[in-house]
Amino acid sequence: MPHLHRRELLAAAGATSLAWLTPLGTALARAAEKERTAAKSVIVLWMGGGPSQLETFDPKPGTNIAAGTKAINTAAKGIQLAPGLELLADQMQHVALVRSIWSKEGDHERGVYTLKTGYRPDPTVTHPSLGAIVCHDLPNTGVEIPRHVSIMPDQWPARGGVLGAQYDSFKVFDPKDKVPDVTPHVPKERFESRIEDLKVVESAFAKGRGKRVDATGHKDTMERAHKLMSSDQLKAFDVSQESASVRKEYGDTPFGRGCLAARRLIDVGVRCVEVTLGGWDSHANNHEITTRLKGTLDPAFAALLRDLRQRNTLKDTVVLCVGEFGRTPHLNALGGRDHWPHNFTAALAGGGIKGGTVVGESDPAGGKESKDRRAAEDLHATVLKAVGIDWEKTFRSPIGRTFARSEGKPIDAILG
Amino acid sequence: MWGRNLLFLAFILVIALAMRASLFPLSTASRKVNFDPTPTEKDDFRAVVSKVDQSFREEWANKELQPAARADDLAVARRLSLALTGSVPSLEEIRQFEEQPPEKRLDGWANHLLHDRRYADYFAGRLARAFVGPEDGPLIAYRKRRFIAWLSDELKQNTSYAKLVEQMISAQGLNTDKPAVNFIAATFDENRKGPDAEKLAIRVTRAFLGLRIDCAQCHDHFLEPAWKQTHFQALAAFFGQTKHSVTNITDTNQGEYKFEDRVSGGTHQIAPAVPFLPELLPARGTRRERLASWVTDPANKYFARATVNRVWAMMTGRPLLRRVEAQTLAEMSDEKIPPALRILATDFASHEHDLRRLILLIASTEVFRLDSAAEFDITDAHDEIWAVFPLTRLRPEQVIGSVIQSASVKTINQQSHIFVRLARYFNEKDFVKRYGDAADDEFERAHGTIPQRLLMMNGDLVDGKAKDELLSASTQIAMFAPTDAAAVETAYLTVLTRRPTPKESNHFAAKLANTTGDERKRRLADLYWVLFNATEQSWNH
Repeated sequence: MPHLHRRELLAAAGATSLAWLTPLGTALARAAEKERTAAKSVIVLWMGGGPSQLETFDPKPGTNIAAGTKAINTAAKGIQLAPGLELLADQMQHVALVRSIWSKEGDHERGVYTLKTGYRPDPTVTHPSLGAIVCHDLPNTGVEIPRHVSIMPDQWPARGGVLGAQYDSFKVFDPKDKVPDVTPHVPKERFESRIEDLKVVESAFAKGRGKRVDATGHKDTMERAHKLMSSDQLKAFDVSQESASVRKEYGDTPFGRGCLAARRLIDVGVRCVEVTLGGWDSHANNHEITTRLKGTLDPAFAALLRDLRQRNTLKDTVVLCVGEFGRTPHLNALGGRDHWPHNFTAALAGGGIKGGTVVGESDPAGGKESKDRRAAEDLHATVLKAVGIDWEKTFRSPIGRTFARSEGKPIDAILG
Repeated sequence: MWGRNLLFLAFILVIALAMRASLFPLSTASRKVNFDPTPTEKDDFRAVVSKVDQSFREEWANKELQPAARADDLAVARRLSLALTGSVPSLEEIRQFEEQPPEKRLDGWANHLLHDRRYADYFAGRLARAFVGPEDGPLIAYRKRRFIAWLSDELKQNTSYAKLVEQMISAQGLNTDKPAVNFIAATFDENRKGPDAEKLAIRVTRAFLGLRIDCAQCHDHFLEPAWKQTHFQALAAFFGQTKHSVTNITDTNQGEYKFEDRVSGGTHQIAPAVPFLPELLPARGTRRERLASWVTDPANKYFARATVNRVWAMMTGRPLLRRVEAQTLAEMSDEKIPPALRILATDFASHEHDLRRLILLIASTEVFRLDSAAEFDITDAHDEIWAVFPLTRLRPEQVIGSVIQSASVKTINQQSHIFVRLARYFNEKDFVKRYGDAADDEFERAHGTIPQRLLMMNGDLVDGKAKDELLSASTQIAMFAPTDAAAVETAYLTVLTRRPTPKESNHFAAKLANTTGDERKRRLADLYWVLFNATEQSWNH
């Protein structure tokens, strides 16, 4: 299996050096990428704050816990969604739902950590997020812009953890604005002259410190940052290059634009894009809050799936939509729902995920137990398997502890 | 009419003179740096420094390695300023430093910084990372601010470090009234509605004893056979009777601590006990008071050793041991630790855990004043035994603190206008958020990242500081430096705390030659940008 070795070699090269910037490195990486049959990239639609499963992907019409929330039929026979997700309902034949996800973490920060890394917070090691693992393990196919991107991040964007800060997601905000920090404040000529002048200062500092200064990696990082600034691939962030009708489909919201930018980024070879839609923490007025947010989520999620399918890239892209936990089945006195990590829903699509399927069933009476329970980390094992990564392979932490990329079990029922 | 015009002209003239004057020594008494080397001149102090120096020299001789030469005084002054205040020295301070007699000025400078409010604030913030964690979530932000403000006040008074730690571990009361309790309050666990005893056991062992016992939280420790899971949980049991209601931390003196066995399942009850040196644990007091006494007992050698190791790392960028936190007891044993750590820890414990003295001692050692460059080829072996000064990445707040300080020729400190200080506070916070902070081991050796470089090259804040705006240091230099070479030198001193080499001076002076007005200001802004983006700006050296 010579191609496997080459792939591994390229993955290492992509992660650690500039080999991917050479024409040969790029050509080899592209060849290896073509051979891949597994999905190539991941889009995480992050529902910050923890969305109510009952008002989104797991309605229980006619029960006490529904608190009035009804259900709509979808393109997938027998699968219902909560009202407000009509556009997504038309795409349900491409979406799988896991309605029995559970974790032990009912606190926002700990819940985010668990759902983003597949591990509970642990004082001895900071685990890498799903996107960091994907970028670390899959080769770089000549991508000059960051391969792990977080659009509209909240306070806990996906991080590289033990893999290093270079695997942290690159944070950008509403795609209608310019990408931060990639445009010089001075004309190009003046900027290039500054870069030239920098060499004079660098050479003075290197005197007597030669190898030690090389070891700082400063020069290398500067060069890569400089290359990024002039990269044509930066246009992928610019959603204004899409037609007005496409932009309209995604919705005139930061999240909608974020989803469109995610699709454009995936097109140029970015491995993982996280797009955040926050505000789901509905301790009061749950129904009003979720109705408003669904107005943003529905067109964006549906347009993303439709767009990817039309471009024939849905099969190469895993889309995962989930938050840090679900919400209590019973409404509280303020008409809100509180934190509920015991069973909630994740939606997955693309990248070999079998659409129109449902795994697990939550308790219609609102109990903690559900049928066919799946742990949060099973989502990671599933996505990693879908992108062709051996989830059981281990990493080693700086203090010498080894841990698997995911300790979960892939949810084979939704993998095609 | 004429009178008003004249008054206006006079006003402009005064401002111009003041700006020009700020490039050169200032004579206002209140802005004078007090270079008092007295504490470093005492015999017992010098004796400790000599012992430490001797121990390193023996090591260099044993390994047959030549040490680097002594660093330039300004380079050492920069290290001190970065370590103790989080930014480079101001031009105002550099000018005064250079007026001092060379033999004592570094001692005087270190002592001055240790009495400056900036030291108390900065060191409190750094230490708090270890004490209450680097997180800054909305729930704990307030508690953390109260805690740091308290710690800063205590450092300003040079309260014994042991006393500080005792308060953190054992204090009871409202978190507004007794800010030390925020050490406990910061671990508030939403699920248990109380302090997280396991997290506290981890914090106490890591932050105060420099030991990573936490693997034993779920199972017996893999690397240290002396640490069983029961040792860890018995340590956590010291916090088992602590309650957290609204903002009040109290001990109830009842109830037993129970822990969840994450591996084998089940819940077990366990009584408090210490994992080593049980003879130091007093019989009386609340559980937390007993633990506090055990941790800070001068005979508990781990306490002093861990502190010296951490403070050494905060001063030089690298711990004396391999890590700030050891994973086995052997790593901290007499046989394994370098003699310098033993000497400094013994002195620290026998001087009532006096942090100021410890910092002055470290600052006075030969190693602290070695060059990071050498005429010979520097190998890993040189680095290993401190025969050269280490090259380490600055923390984000040091990078931006230096950028902000470099944009002003005057020192930004307690005397600065409240707007200047507020601007610095918010600028720094915003920058650190964007630059990214080390989540776990802040002394881990790591490269910078591309987003960090982009932020430095193109970020609004850094660019704003380099800009040719009125009142920025670069503009003042462009307008008032008497010659091109003097302008370049002043920019170098302000940003990099060194003079340019002749080659650098010629290169940049040529760029300024025959320029005036806006063009000159732009060229100076370009030079500032270049210096902000140089390796040496964001590395300690």
